[in-house]
Amino acid sequence: MSKVYLALQDNDMSRYIVAAVEADNPGVTVIYQPAMVRMEREDSLTVRRSTVEAQLGQSWDVQELHLNLITLGGNVEEDDEAFSLSWVR
Amino acid sequence: MAAKLNLKDKYRLLTRDLDWEFSYQNRQDAFPYEEFEGIKITDWSKWEDPFRLTMDAYWKYQAEKEKKLYAIFDAFAQNNAQMNVSDPRYLNAIKIFLTGVTPLEYQAYQGFAHVGRQFGGIGARIACQMQSIDELRHVQTQIHAMSHYNKFFDGFQDWSHMHDRVWYLSVPKSFFEDARSAGPFEFLVAISFSFEYVLTNLLFVPFMSGAAYNGDMATVTFGFSAQSDEARHMTLGLEIIKFLLEQHEDNVPIVQKWIDKWFWRGTRLLAIVAMMMDYMLPNKVMSWQEAWEVYFEEAGGALFKDLARYGIRAPKYAEVIEKEKEHISHQAWWIFYNFGHAAGFHTWIPTDEELDWLSEKYPDTFDKYYRPRWELAKQMAAEGKRFYSSGLPQLCQVCQVPMGFTEMADDPGQISYRSAEYQGERYHMCSDGCRDIFLDEPEKFVQAWLPVHQILQGNCGGSDLEEMLRDYYRMNVGADNMDMVGSPDETRWQKWKGAA
Amino acid sequence: MPVHAITPDYRGEVRDAQARFGGNILVYIGWDEHLLFCSAKTFPLPSAMTFAELKANVLPQGFAQHPDFAHINWDTVQWQLNGRTLQAQDDQTLAELGFDHKSLLRFKTPGLNGWRGTGV
Repeated sequence: MSKVYLALQDNDMSRYIVAAVEADNPGVTVIYQPAMVRMEREDSLTVRRSTVEAQLGQSWDVQELHLNLITLGGNVEEDDEAFSLSWVR
Repeated sequence: MAAKLNLKDKYRLLTRDLDWEFSYQNRQDAFPYEEFEGIKITDWSKWEDPFRLTMDAYWKYQAEKEKKLYAIFDAFAQNNAQMNVSDPRYLNAIKIFLTGVTPLEYQAYQGFAHVGRQFGGIGARIACQMQSIDELRHVQTQIHAMSHYNKFFDGFQDWSHMHDRVWYLSVPKSFFEDARSAGPFEFLVAISFSFEYVLTNLLFVPFMSGAAYNGDMATVTFGFSAQSDEARHMTLGLEIIKFLLEQHEDNVPIVQKWIDKWFWRGTRLLAIVAMMMDYMLPNKVMSWQEAWEVYFEEAGGALFKDLARYGIRAPKYAEVIEKEKEHISHQAWWIFYNFGHAAGFHTWIPTDEELDWLSEKYPDTFDKYYRPRWELAKQMAAEGKRFYSSGLPQLCQVCQVPMGFTEMADDPGQISYRSAEYQGERYHMCSDGCRDIFLDEPEKFVQAWLPVHQILQGNCGGSDLEEMLRDYYRMNVGADNMDMVGSPDETRWQKWKGAA
Repeated sequence: MPVHAITPDYRGEVRDAQARFGGNILVYIGWDEHLLFCSAKTFPLPSAMTFAELKANVLPQGFAQHPDFAHINWDTVQWQLNGRTLQAQDDQTLAELGFDHKSLLRFKTPGLNGWRGTGV
């Protein structure tokens, strides 16, 4: 078991993404540090477009994640529906 | 109306389908750098592109990032936000950044432009070209962000000139030149994997978070904006490794050797970042050791566990690296304190509160090995003899850092001396890690431009140190260098704050 | 392989060969247990210099800033040249003592173990 992680700038847009990650990823740890927010989880973490859109109340493209992204750890998989990180392939 | 393409199809059409077959030219003539390193590629189409970023989307999102970034720069300047930094000592870390890191971004731009031409696979070429453009963006945004400080503080005036000449800047400069003068696959393992995947996180995440905590919104914003590109670069780095390891089993020992070399070189380079974290951020977020544990041990540990299935092990000397996390920030800052008269930024003795913080964060090492250095420095300063070490230090032939690192195995109070002979000439290194690197390619490292030796050969002008600093390094002697205490930076700050 | 290059038989230029130092050799000198000095120091020296001259002129330049320096008993100093114990007479030259280009001279001062015995 290893942790994957995703860090975002701590700004308004990220609040919805963090809320979506919390909804979709049971057991995720959210750590706030100056100007940034770091999410960690064992093995995998997924950011789902539909959940972010529900939080945000408007449409959202998965690639918009790049605008707020700081860093990540794990193997990346991205398509139209979700962005995910994992250590199990 | 035609159905919208999904991401994978769009990526294939706008990237993979741009490639062509060589019908009347020899493929090896088109990609002459692809084989000499011994790496075997059997099928470039197996290259994975997890982000599936196409050029149109790239420009769209990069433009949005830039708009956000420059809005913050404008607001920062219009609000005289340089006055909101926690303490003017902090700006000295930013001077190191501008002279030591920003030129590396430029070297990365050049390096990725080069390898982006040299790979036979279209996926790799496109990823490297995007990264090349990213790196140029980082150079530009960093210069813009820090140019504001140039209006108010010393030491920001001649950074690219200094990068090519100043003694301590040969450490980052030679690091990148080593990578760029290697073959394209070693360059990617060095920069995309070893450097970007694990090590730049330590600069761009906890240090930038620290910048925010010290009121420097300009730096944290360019830092995080750059790091959003780095997240893509990190992914590229991981994919490169997996691709090389999956292509041919003969690649495994070559890649392992590069991992060993570049993780070691990276830890030496990051000694500078370590001291920026522990000594140059007046408001502390976390210690270097804590950052190292999160971003190197935990993140790197997960990574190497994942790569074990290919027969890759953790970098050589991992046990030394683990011990050094409690030492290197102190050793690096002490080197600069010793030679603060020859640095393009200010140095200082930590305050009593800071010394206590260091004791608390480094209970096993600080009071035993490092506090006595500061107590003696304080005593000398109190006697009016602020300690600046006379003469010139001995440098490591490989990392080029003054040889102030100590023996981690049995005596951290003893300088670690290593040497090797090659063709009748003796060479000195700071560690087994640097010695291995030298012995693997001595013909490369005998060419090292060691600043101390260049000075002694008379190649840096000046009949004395002051002339050299002024004419060859282009420092404003008496303003850029020396202790923070009594510096023009400090005097101006106190005047602005009405405390003079 | 001494280098991995695309150019066959690539040879690097030895940038710090002795000939480039105007007749001098480089000698690195480090004082063990005195980490006030962050590292050993580099000195260009004529190999005809005697050991007495080294002690009288070079070592003070490099190390007199340390409060221990004035208290050194030169008869008890332990010398090490390139990893081997060095027994030196004052009138011997560096060349006679085996100093060559880029030699490392370390010395220990028993009883003087740094500021307040801390190795600093």
